[in-house]
Amino acid sequence: MRPELELISEWIRPSARVLDLGCGDGALLAYLREHRQVSGYGLEIDGANMLRCIQAGVNVIHADLEAGLADFGDSSFDYVIMTQTLQAVRQTETLLDEMLRVGRQGIVTFPNFGFWRCRIQIALQGLMPVVKTLPYQWYDTPNIHLFTLRDFEQLCRRKHIDILQRTVLDHAHRPRLGPRLWPNLLGEIALYRLGRA
Amino acid sequence: MPPTLPPDSVGLVIPQIAHFDEPLALDCGRTLANYEIVYETYGTLNADRSNAVLICHALSGDHHVAGYHDEDDPGKPGWWDNCIGPGKPIDTREFFVVCCNNLGGCKGSTGPTAINPENRKPYGPDFPIVTVKDWVRSQARLADRLGVQQWAAVIGGSLGGMQAMQWTITFPDRVRHSLVIAAAPRLSAQNIAFNEVARQAILSDPDFHHGHYYEFGVVPRRGLMLARMLGHITYLSDEGMRAKFGRELREGKMNFNFNFETEFQVESYLRHQGRAFVDRFDANTYLLITKTLDYFDPAADFDEDLSAAFHRTQAHFLVIAFTSDWRFAPTRSREIVRALVRAGREVSYAEIPSEHGHDTFLMPIPLYHEVLRSYLARVAREVNAHAA
Repeated sequence: MRPELELISEWIRPSARVLDLGCGDGALLAYLREHRQVSGYGLEIDGANMLRCIQAGVNVIHADLEAGLADFGDSSFDYVIMTQTLQAVRQTETLLDEMLRVGRQGIVTFPNFGFWRCRIQIALQGLMPVVKTLPYQWYDTPNIHLFTLRDFEQLCRRKHIDILQRTVLDHAHRPRLGPRLWPNLLGEIALYRLGRA
Repeated sequence: MPPTLPPDSVGLVIPQIAHFDEPLALDCGRTLANYEIVYETYGTLNADRSNAVLICHALSGDHHVAGYHDEDDPGKPGWWDNCIGPGKPIDTREFFVVCCNNLGGCKGSTGPTAINPENRKPYGPDFPIVTVKDWVRSQARLADRLGVQQWAAVIGGSLGGMQAMQWTITFPDRVRHSLVIAAAPRLSAQNIAFNEVARQAILSDPDFHHGHYYEFGVVPRRGLMLARMLGHITYLSDEGMRAKFGRELREGKMNFNFNFETEFQVESYLRHQGRAFVDRFDANTYLLITKTLDYFDPAADFDEDLSAAFHRTQAHFLVIAFTSDWRFAPTRSREIVRALVRAGREVSYAEIPSEHGHDTFLMPIPLYHEVLRSYLARVAREVNAHAA
């Protein structure tokens, strides 16, 4: 997780106002507060995670992302961040729209279903892929929308979302040469910084 | 041999009285020339006076929030004893905890049962209707008296949460953390409607005598009891009542009576609650505090914009709501959170699953108490970092 935090942190300008959708235990916000002096809130639905945020002194708002971001005004945050969450929500498209309504920019990270191991498992073994970044069995996975980098970029084009920056990593969150050359085949985790004119 | 008190209790406490001769101008336009506030404290104020925590009580609460009054006959402890004490979420080893009976109350602070210096008779209905702002101003005087310039935290549930909120608006630099539990930014029409029925129950009792019942040696028992019974329904939830009482008949009963005697468990419970309340509460105070609730509306001073009300605040906020609370439902707490976010304030919000309705704020629900404990542990860390 740490390298991903560092990479996201590099994209954030100091003292920004940040909303973290599905903030988990608040690690990202705590990191950004320390290294970028950001202010902001995390949204989290899980009670145990919410408690960990409070213990860490991170502002956490107990909320269901599926219910949208109606409580937040237009462009009220510099960045709205969603790490490893987009693939687990029902209202993917609505949430992307909401993200770029509430935030001037959006940052998303997700596991790439186009990674070569995934392709081989489904093509040769005929099984739903289980890889390091997608470690669940089909019957217990929280990931209900599986997609590749190309899928995501097509959606962005269709929705007139600008891709401002992209970094593709391996499962250990390292930006290796392979993923850089063949991102949709060798990349395991994708980071995008998004905007909308 | 007196029974021993639990080790995590603040123990035996003695209420104290602060007398104020400096007149207090009230929102209604009247002035209290002098008044008394009864209060209790637990724990020790630290050297730089930075570890004080104010607990604000709700409609029927008072200054006795923790510990026991009588060692030989401990009976029930203070109304939030499960949360306040050594090792409890509001840890008296860390904090100096203060709770006072609010003005207009009937537990020792100046209120309708007190003697009006002008005519040497109890104030009764002539006691001015005080607002949450008036309370906060009077509590600030008590803080001055105790040498507390800034509270580490102001904490309250329900009407107490409204005071915790108002503190941050009236005295932005005197509150570091505000814990607003099961509250609302103002009452809804439905909330006011329930209050009005409660008031009418009291006002229409023949023993009310326009509020001067003290002189007649009676109390409007039936009215106050009805008011409390009605209130109590709004403190519980449908599912909570179903779980607790169902449609059970009273003990030993097998069949319906086909009359209006108490038959269902829930009926005897409500009657018991009503009767017990009459013995410990004053009808004029009940009337007054329901009005205090109705009038609370911090946004009104800021063009109906609650986030504008929070613009000057400096406190960090923790807002807590309970899923089955329909008196002040989570949507009401989210209004507060939304306004705080719009104002750019520091806020966390926890929605605690519970089937016990509004009354949950007094119960030791594990997640709820863990949230309080974690948050206040951080407040204590700040206090200690400063003091060090």
